[in-house]
Amino acid sequence: MKKDRMNKWLSGDYDLLEHVMDTTEVPDHGREQVKKEKKSLLERLNQEARTYTVIEAEQRGFRRLYNVVAVISCIFLISVLLFLVSLLPHYGEENPRTIPMVERYVEEGLEETGAVNIVSGLILDYRAFDTLGESHVLFTALVCVMILLRIDRKNMRTDFEDYYTIQQDAYYDLSKDSIIRFVGSVLLPVVFIYGIYILLNGQNSPGGGFSGGAVMGAALIMSAAAFGFKTVDRYLTAKVSSVITFVALGFYSFAKGYVFFTGANGLDNHIPKGTPGAIFSGGLILPLDIAVGIVVACTMFGFYSLFVRGIIGGEYETDSLVEKSRSASLVRKGGSHKDPAVDEDDRPITRLRKVARPENPLENAGPEDLVCDEDGRPVARLMKMTGPRQEGRQEDEDD
Amino acid sequence: MIENLGINYEEAVAVILFGIGFTMMLFQRNLIKKLIGMNIMDTGTFLLLASMGYISGRKAPIIENGIQKTEAYINPVPAGLVLTGIVVSVSVTAIMLALTIRLYKRYHTLYLDDIYALSIHEQEDR
Repeated sequence: MKKDRMNKWLSGDYDLLEHVMDTTEVPDHGREQVKKEKKSLLERLNQEARTYTVIEAEQRGFRRLYNVVAVISCIFLISVLLFLVSLLPHYGEENPRTIPMVERYVEEGLEETGAVNIVSGLILDYRAFDTLGESHVLFTALVCVMILLRIDRKNMRTDFEDYYTIQQDAYYDLSKDSIIRFVGSVLLPVVFIYGIYILLNGQNSPGGGFSGGAVMGAALIMSAAAFGFKTVDRYLTAKVSSVITFVALGFYSFAKGYVFFTGANGLDNHIPKGTPGAIFSGGLILPLDIAVGIVVACTMFGFYSLFVRGIIGGEYETDSLVEKSRSASLVRKGGSHKDPAVDEDDRPITRLRKVARPENPLENAGPEDLVCDEDGRPVARLMKMTGPRQEGRQEDEDD
Repeated sequence: MIENLGINYEEAVAVILFGIGFTMMLFQRNLIKKLIGMNIMDTGTFLLLASMGYISGRKAPIIENGIQKTEAYINPVPAGLVLTGIVVSVSVTAIMLALTIRLYKRYHTLYLDDIYALSIHEQEDR
């Protein structure tokens, strides 16, 4: 079985996680219903003797030990750190050991990097490799969040809640609030221009790629909150954002690679330094700042967008998402077999079928509303909790 | 030792913040509160780094009026390190929040004990 899956996966027509995710024993109800069931399940677990004693016995000893060890380790950590702090050089005085390093940065930084802001020259010239790593850390975090939270056609049918999430989000859309709309329309241009100002003046004043990019990301988030995601989708779709992020990171790598190569071989890199204090100064610092700022702004907006609605933008309109999730839930019910969510035997992939499903499950959910497999036996233990407890126990004995 | 702690009061506060965050991560049963604890730990680290670079009576390291002397500016290196720390902390927080959302979608609770009980129940069902 597993080998078969592996071969299918290698040939590209099989999703490894498909059955794992799909057999989650969760009925097709709304979010509240599932929540209620989980709660009643917890209550029953607390009353049920066996599981309770297992957990109790595991926890009673463990918890006491854990508390003792945790208190001791917290006190130990704080006291050790305080002791170390008392050994540090005095606050507000110069540490003589750092002077040679700081001397180089401060006294020759302007000539070597062309940046008036020494910190900018430090992080984008002397330690540019470090900053490249930081941008990649941000990008990797965005990719991880996308893997975890993205909603698309493939995992729509696995995530039973998405349909309700999207419905609720359409209801609680922030852009319907007139206060947010007004404040957004007043503040948005100012915040955007401020972000660009910080970004472009990184080599002359406090600021630079990360802070300017964060402010620009905040402006993007504000426009999405005040005017709806469709406004931002017009110019920043998932494709656009990933392409410009990729181009920015690639430009950064190539530019710094060129400088490292020429510098290591004692060649001249022909990058003009400019007059210190002007906007076009500092050699590569301004373009690198812009690249980092683009990465940061796209990442911040991507985080917000993924957390709020599960996609970065533009690919799927909300309405079509609702349609897709509805058809997916139809398949789970065993309704329409023509949807792609059917395996080779034309069975719905979830193998869960509703018996006697009421029209509005949120209102009429009762003990008879059990989830069954093909043989008509109840599958989901979760649903038993809604019925009288004795019934559930009898079924347990039957199994 | 106590006198030194009084002189290094800013570092001491940073370290105590770090300890508070660590304690929160150990004792809170709510995943979101654990995350808040981790962010407090981050803040303590940033405060420690920033106060290590401070030298009283000197200015921020932005060259003014052409003065390029070490005696005029504070240490610029900790500022760069704090930047790295902030970026990493943002990334880690985002990933942890995403994982918390996935856990909540599966178990509909944020409390570790409940998640533990529910996962034991799931394993027994299998």
